[in-house]
Parts: sequence; C-alpha cells; structure tokens
Amino acid sequence: MYILKVNKLTKTFSGLTAVANINMELKPGELIGLIGPNGAGKTTVFNLLTGVYVPTAGTMFFTKDGKEIPLHGKKPHIICKDGLARTFQNIRLFKDLTVFDNVRIAMHKNVKYSIISSFFHLPSYFREEKQLYEDTMELLKIFRLDDKKDEYAKNLPYGDQRRLEIARALATEPSLLLLDEPAAGMNPAETRDLVELISWIRDRFNLTILLIEHDMHVVMNICERIYVLDHGMVIANGTPDEIKRNKQVIEAYLGEDIENA
Amino acid sequence: MTMILEKSWVKRLLALVLTFLIVQVLVSTNIINTYFQATIATICINIILGVSLNLITGFTGQFSLGHAGFMSIGAYTCAIITLRMSNTFGFLLGVALGAVFAAIVGFLVGLPTLRLRGDYLAIATLGMSEIIRIIFLNMEITNGAAGLSDIPRFVNWTWLYVFTVGTLLLIKNFLNSSHGRACIAIREDEIAAETMGINITKYKVISFMIGAFCAGIAGALYASYFYFLKPDLFGFLKSIDVLVIVVLGGLGSISGSVLAAILLALISTALQAFPELRMVFYALLLIIIMLFRPQGLMGSKELSIKYFKNLGKSLISKKGGA
Amino acid sequence: MEQFLQQVINGLSLGSIYALIALGYTMVYGIIKLINFAHGDVYMIGAYVGYFCMTTFKLGFLPSLLISMITCTVLGVLIEKIAYKPLRNSTRIAVLITAIGMSLFLEYTMMFFVKANVRTYPPMSGLLAQSHKLGDIVITTKQLLIFTVTIILMVLLQFIVKKTRIGKSMRAVALDRDAAQLMGINVDTTISFTFAVGSALAGAAGILVGVYYNSINPLMGVLPGLKAFVAAVFGGIGVIPGAMIGGYLIGIIEVLVSGYGNSMYRDAVVFAILIIILIVKPTGILGINTREKV
Repeated sequence: MYILKVNKLTKTFSGLTAVANINMELKPGELIGLIGPNGAGKTTVFNLLTGVYVPTAGTMFFTKDGKEIPLHGKKPHIICKDGLARTFQNIRLFKDLTVFDNVRIAMHKNVKYSIISSFFHLPSYFREEKQLYEDTMELLKIFRLDDKKDEYAKNLPYGDQRRLEIARALATEPSLLLLDEPAAGMNPAETRDLVELISWIRDRFNLTILLIEHDMHVVMNICERIYVLDHGMVIANGTPDEIKRNKQVIEAYLGEDIENA
Repeated sequence: MTMILEKSWVKRLLALVLTFLIVQVLVSTNIINTYFQATIATICINIILGVSLNLITGFTGQFSLGHAGFMSIGAYTCAIITLRMSNTFGFLLGVALGAVFAAIVGFLVGLPTLRLRGDYLAIATLGMSEIIRIIFLNMEITNGAAGLSDIPRFVNWTWLYVFTVGTLLLIKNFLNSSHGRACIAIREDEIAAETMGINITKYKVISFMIGAFCAGIAGALYASYFYFLKPDLFGFLKSIDVLVIVVLGGLGSISGSVLAAILLALISTALQAFPELRMVFYALLLIIIMLFRPQGLMGSKELSIKYFKNLGKSLISKKGGA
Repeated sequence: MEQFLQQVINGLSLGSIYALIALGYTMVYGIIKLINFAHGDVYMIGAYVGYFCMTTFKLGFLPSLLISMITCTVLGVLIEKIAYKPLRNSTRIAVLITAIGMSLFLEYTMMFFVKANVRTYPPMSGLLAQSHKLGDIVITTKQLLIFTVTIILMVLLQFIVKKTRIGKSMRAVALDRDAAQLMGINVDTTISFTFAVGSALAGAAGILVGVYYNSINPLMGVLPGLKAFVAAVFGGIGVIPGAMIGGYLIGIIEVLVSGYGNSMYRDAVVFAILIIILIVKPTGILGINTREKV
C-alpha cells in the first residue's frame, strides 16, 4: 500500500531536538513536497531517511518487492541498495571526476565481478565494464549530458551540475528519490525545465519522489501532496490548496506570499 | 603480423620485456656496477612503496603515516623464513607470507581506525607503526635492537623487476575497475559515496590492505637484497620517506609516484654521505611543494601520449599568445 | 606503598613537562585544527637556547628561562606566518604535511649545526642541587621547581584565556572563525598570539627538562612531542584543562609502567592509549562533540 511509512521519527543532538514525532506516509508513484521555514528540519529528515543520521526514536519502513523492511538503524549504502536515492542541498558531486565517472560510480552496487577479477582483468571484468559503459551512456543521453561526459564535474555550469546530481542518483536505480532543493539558485527558465524534468523522470523511471523546496511555484505546481515542517514537527499535511489555506502554515511562513504561487 | 603489433597491449608487453632485457644485460656485463645495482634496488622498492601508499592516501584519501610498519612486517617475515629455508622456495614463501601478514595487520589496524578523520587517522597510523616497531625491538625471534644480519640474498634484477611491474599492474588494474573507482569516490566525498551505495568502511579497509600487502612485498625485497634489518630502519622517518615520494609525485598519480621514486632514490644515494642534509632537503621539499605546488609533479594525471600531447598544446598556445 | 608514591612524584615531574607541551598542541588544534608537528621541536629549541644561555653566557636559571621562552615565542610565530598561514584555506592534510616538513627541518638543521651528540646542562648548585626526604620518599628541589613553574604558567594561561580580551578572541576564533572575523576580531593576530603562548610554554618545558634530566639532543622533541600530543587528545583536544589533566595522567602512567612493568614497552603503552582513545572517545576525557553538517 505505501512505499514509505515514517512513524514518530525523532532526532536529538545532545539535548537539541532537530525533529520530533514525524509521521509521514508515501504511496508508490506520488510526488510529495516537504516544505518549511529554514531550520525546520527538512534536510534532517532526508538525512534520517538515507541513514546519514541514526534516529533517536521512531521507525521508518520501506516497501521493497512487496515486503516491508525497516530502514532505521541501517547504514546509508544498505538503504541505497534497498532503493532510496537522494540529491544534496549543497551539491555533493565528485568534483574532480568526470561527468561520466560520477554516474558510473553510482552504478557500483550492481557490479558483481570480484576484486580478484579486477586485479587480473578476468573475463567477467571486461563483460561488466562494457555493460557499465553502455548503461552510463544511456543515462547520460537521457539527461542530455552525454556530450559533456569527459568534463570535470566542477567545471559544469550550475544548472548542469544539479541535473548531473539527479542523473547520478538515478543511476542507483531507486524506487524512492529524495530531492533536496533541486531548484536552488536557478532562474525562472531553468526552474521551468526542472519542473518538467521532475515530472518526466517520475513517469519514465517509475519513481516516488519526495521533494524539499523553497520555491513555492515548483511545489504548488507539481506536488500532489505537501508536508509542512516547522521547528522540527509536521504542522500540516494535505493538497496544495489545503496547505495554502492553512492558518498555521501561513503563520509559520510569516509574510511569505504562498497565496500567489 | 603487423596487425598484432598494432594492438596496444602487445606494444606495452614488448616495451616491458625490452626494458627488462636492457637492464639485465647492463647488470650481467657489470656496466652497472654493484653501487648502481643497489640504487636500482632502492628505486624498485621505492616505487612499490610509493604506489602502494598512493593507493591509500592519494586515491582513497586516507592519510596513513604508518606505511613503514607494514614494510617491516614483510621484511622480518621474509628474513626469518629465509634464514631457516635458504632456497628460492623459502624466499618466495617469505615474500608471500610477509605480504599476507602485512595485509592482515592492515585489516586489524584499519577496521577500528579508518572511521577517524584525516589528521586523527594520520596520528593513529603513526602510533600503530611505532607499536609494531617497539614489538619487533623486544621480540627474541627478531633479535631485538641488534637486528638480523646475513639474510640470504635471493633478490636480483629479475625478481625486482617482476615484483615492481607486478605491483604496478595490480594497483593500476584495481584502480581501473569499479572497485577502484569506489575507493576514489570515497576520497572525493565520503557521504555522497555512501549514499550512492558504496560501503565506505569495506573499501577503506580493502585499499588499506592492498597497500599494506604491497608494502610487505617491498619490505621482503629490502630484506633479501640489503641483507641486514633492524627495527629502527622502519620508524617514522621511513614512513616520511614514502610520504615525500607520494607528495612529490602527486597524490593520485601512479606515474607521478614512479617518477618521484626514481628521482628521490637518486638524490638519496647522492646525499648518502650527508644524512642530515638529506633530511633537511626532504623537509624543505615537503614545505615548498605544499606551499607552491601542492599537486606535486603530476597532480592526478598520468603520463601517457595524451598527456604529452596536451602538454605540447598548452606550451604552443602560450608561446603563440606571448 | 612508598615506592608507589615515589613513582607518582616522579610522574608529576614528567607530567608537568607533558602538560606544558600539550597545552601548545591543544590551543593550536583548537584554533586552526592543525596538529602542529613542529611543536615538539620548538620545545627542543627551547632546551638548546637554555643550554647556551647557561653555559656560553653563564646566565642564571630565571634569565635563561625568560630568554628561552621569548626565543620560542618568536620562533613559533614565525613558523605560523611562513608555513601555516598561507595554507589556512587548504585541506587539513596539506597543512599537516607542511607541519611534518617544518618539524623535520628544525630537527635536522639543528642536527647539522650542533651535531647529534648529546649535550649536558651545567650541574645545578646550591638550593637546586638539594633533595628532601619525607620518610622514604625523595623529592628534589628540581622536581619542586618544575612543578611550581608549571603551575604558575598554567594559572597565568588560564587568566589570559578567561579574563583578557585576547583570551576571549582566542575562544571565539576557536569556536567559529568566520563569525569571529565578522565581529571585528583580528583573526590573524589572535592565531599568532595562540602560537606565541603555546611556544612560550614549550620553551619553558625545554629548559626545565634540560635542568632536570640534564642531557639534550636535536631529536629530543620527537617522542615527548608525540606523547604530549597523546596527552592532549587523552584529556580532550582543544580543551585547555584537558591538556593539563592529560599531561599529568600520561606522565604518571608512563612512570608507573616503567617502574612496575616493562620499561621497554612504556612508549608502546602511550601509543596504545592513543589508539584506544581515538576509537572509544576521540574527543577525550573533557572533550566536546562537534558534528559535520550534511
């Protein structure tokens, strides 16, 4: 029924509560927004979901191949193998590696040839490396980054870097994609392209997407449902229209013009 | 026939065999005398040490100041075995076991310490290397401070070449595989790498073990060529020696480490009579490189035809613009 | 029991030295997150300056102590300006490598000029040569001197850090360099001052060691430097009282291991403590946890 179920998720850091009693439920294929003022705890939620932080309390369950598996307590690379991928608020690309390598490395978890095989370049090495090459090129073509494949990631223009991060995340073949402020620093034209891209990848790759964003145009336009966080707690949850009218949300954003989004 | 010659791997194989033969002839006819033979041995051992430390520090980004410790394990193991089994089999067994023991210690040390941050890891590996040295200083089988002498010499140019080229190939192949790239991703951004599905603890430990394994080989070769060992040979200063090779060559460049290993072996031999000056020179080298050219000689690039083409292009364009 | 107390007293002398050196490590690490490998060698220079003051220039202990401390202060500030300041925005590894280079440079330049042989401090006369007995326990005046000088310096340090403006700047820059700069604090001066104070303490330790243990050599800073660093980590890196506590603890532990156990393994024990601390509680006894923002 659900792909992600978060129950009473809490994280404290030496006495400071970052998030408390978060409840969330995502159904497969949904495009959900996560908004809130700065410092509300949105990225903390992402860090908890991906295993970068260990929950102080609460549970997170993920549906994989029809089975419910717990995510809490697992290390990030295991959670990635389970089917969660993410992008980062302050782009974390492999800066000194090429566009090609950034995406190819993300496919590592599916590589089966052993380390011994890599030492001696056994047949399994050649076979799988060829496959890796083809899979990476395919993904780069989809994101229109194939002509830049040998560029160093740090030399890409900002918009391309954001796209590359999304491509890299998709290389891990996730079923749930977490996007952390993908439109940050983009102009209106780039933002429009991004909105199209997000809807498109959701359909093309059969994804569920959870999106943190400050740009209300983006959120109100593509999100089917929105969770609102403030001071570490969920203060509202509903459709864009419901959220626009919610008094608590308006107060939390004090002065922000959500109505005109 | 010409088609076979065009294949790049055939070209490379021929180059390797040719290099071996040329030096072998020079050695056999004593054009390269014993003094220079020792320099060549030092070069080969330095290359193995440099490239293996580069794997750990330059490619995987884990700052290890304890490489001498791994080298000493290989050296003592090989010495102890060949002193009791003075034949080629004993020698090869010594090298193999030396490398394996070094790798095992690499695993034992790496597992708890590789979660530490850069400078803390450096100190922890330094401490580990010192503990190993102190243990060897106090063991009976290693003869403590007096050390082991008259270790049977089995290392000749053939073995040096085989092991050096072998190590280079091993590490190069590893780095060109998905496993090697996983290690490089760790250097670039640990958190991103882990979130993209890479088990960072596993790969940190693996790169550490491979580095230790190769350092063990280097140690064994050292023991069997220079036939005298004592624990103080493998202290902090030896780890620094290897660090200078890696920093000078460029963290992240295999050809850089090879170049630097050759250069520093030559300089070392030239300054043999002035050990303090040699250290002052190394010290200044470290400081000056870090201040003015932190990427070392090669940065993270490799020597190749493409490298020289690009170098040529940039030089020409600079001249044209001037 | 008396043997134990005797060991503890000996340990307190050694611990004083470690504490003085450890303070320099911890202050510098706290403010720029650098393990100043060259710090142990500043201590060595202090010992040599003291030696030359007391032999060549025939000065008394106190003037030599002052000159030693001042020389080391200047040296420490110079090292920072030449080697560390240009790399302030580089990776931590880059600065660490430079620090290692600086350390080797000091050691081997010294070795080149004064040769590796050990020099001895002139024997102390009068009060300083005496020892006192408390039952079966012997305390020498030298030990009292070390302890007293150390305590005085540590109290002075605490005063500077807690009650003066520059001390406040030190604490601010250690917590958040950019914010401190935005508040109008001169970060460069503050960092230089930190190095100055730390080096002065190391210089004091150097001359005290010369007086107490009598012999000095160009490489004398290597092992004590490392152990003092272990002490700083043990007590809590970046925390000044931690360096003091860590120094004394390591000093006492080392003397006890040497006395009751195997003196050959006493160095190994100190390194083992380092590795255990780094694995179990890297922030040390008094340490505070900091987190990387993702």
